[in-house]
Amino acid sequence: MHHEFFVSTIFNRYIANPIAGAFGLHTDHDVLPAHLVMILLISLGLISFALFLRRRLSVDNPGAVQQSLELVSDALMDFMKNLVGPNYKHFFPIIGSLFLYILIGNILGLVPGFMSPTSNINVTSGCAIIVFLYYNFHGFKTHGFWKYMAHFAGPSLAIAPLLFVIEIIGHLARPFSLSVRLFGNIFAEELIITSLNGLFPFLVSLPVMGLALFASTIQAFIFVVLTMVYIGGAVEHAHEDEHEGHSHQESVGQPA
Amino acid sequence: MTKFFYLVVLLFLLSLFTMPVLAQSDDAGSASALMNPLAMAIAAAGCGLAQAKALRAGCEGVARNPGAVDTIRFFIILGLAFIEFLALLTFVYVAFI
Repeated sequence: MHHEFFVSTIFNRYIANPIAGAFGLHTDHDVLPAHLVMILLISLGLISFALFLRRRLSVDNPGAVQQSLELVSDALMDFMKNLVGPNYKHFFPIIGSLFLYILIGNILGLVPGFMSPTSNINVTSGCAIIVFLYYNFHGFKTHGFWKYMAHFAGPSLAIAPLLFVIEIIGHLARPFSLSVRLFGNIFAEELIITSLNGLFPFLVSLPVMGLALFASTIQAFIFVVLTMVYIGGAVEHAHEDEHEGHSHQESVGQPA
Repeated sequence: MTKFFYLVVLLFLLSLFTMPVLAQSDDAGSASALMNPLAMAIAAAGCGLAQAKALRAGCEGVARNPGAVDTIRFFIILGLAFIEFLALLTFVYVAFI
């Protein structure tokens, strides 16, 4: 799996290695591994794109880019309304950023010269651990320390010691399953395309690439939907009294 | 005829299991070299059966109640991801451990 990606090679040669050299680190090989270069490119691209788009946002005369992005954010908001609860808009920034970041990261691997940063377990673990810390932080913030801990222990006191341990293990399995799911899908997809390219050059891997485009979108979507479910599970009950009629939405469940 | 076919498949699988044991004396790596693709194949078969079952239930649900297509699609995608995760665990195990 140690291919050369010429984008990362060029980036290292002309940007990263000189910067490292300025700080006194002189090496012959690349300073940054390929997935870190891709992360940097995606982050810089997304930030500059957002700053660029921000100045030309308008209510009266939305452009094509704004409209297509509004389509995405409306769809995400629609899911969040059902899964997270009434104050879902508070959590939209992290969901939207994660979605765009993972989506672009997944699709970037199909461009020659680039790799998917999400085909590296460290990148997906980073996203998953951030999600884990984020939803637990908001659980503690919404309910307070002891009430959120009691939320792990279940309804009855007799079974609480057993249930508490099981819940803790289940919650610890969440970042693991999130990261391994995303990583496994994208890595397998890249592996298949690479080996098909090795068997028969060029045209045979094209239909697989179409499938990979579809799977990339689905995986980014699943990642953020699971994030929504986890956040919803952590901050629920907060508005239970005002929104009694929406209690059926809790039947969505909180899978590990 | 069917019984005979199953017997042949079973013997073939058994021979797959026995060969690495015999070959272990001269090449220690051959056991995992043969078992890893087999593990992946078993996982993919089980995953395929489970996903087929889930998809069938989803299609039946949509056929009976086309109004619920959005909800059913959401749960199908989510459920397929959970089923796929089991095969992916095997894949990660096979590829890296």
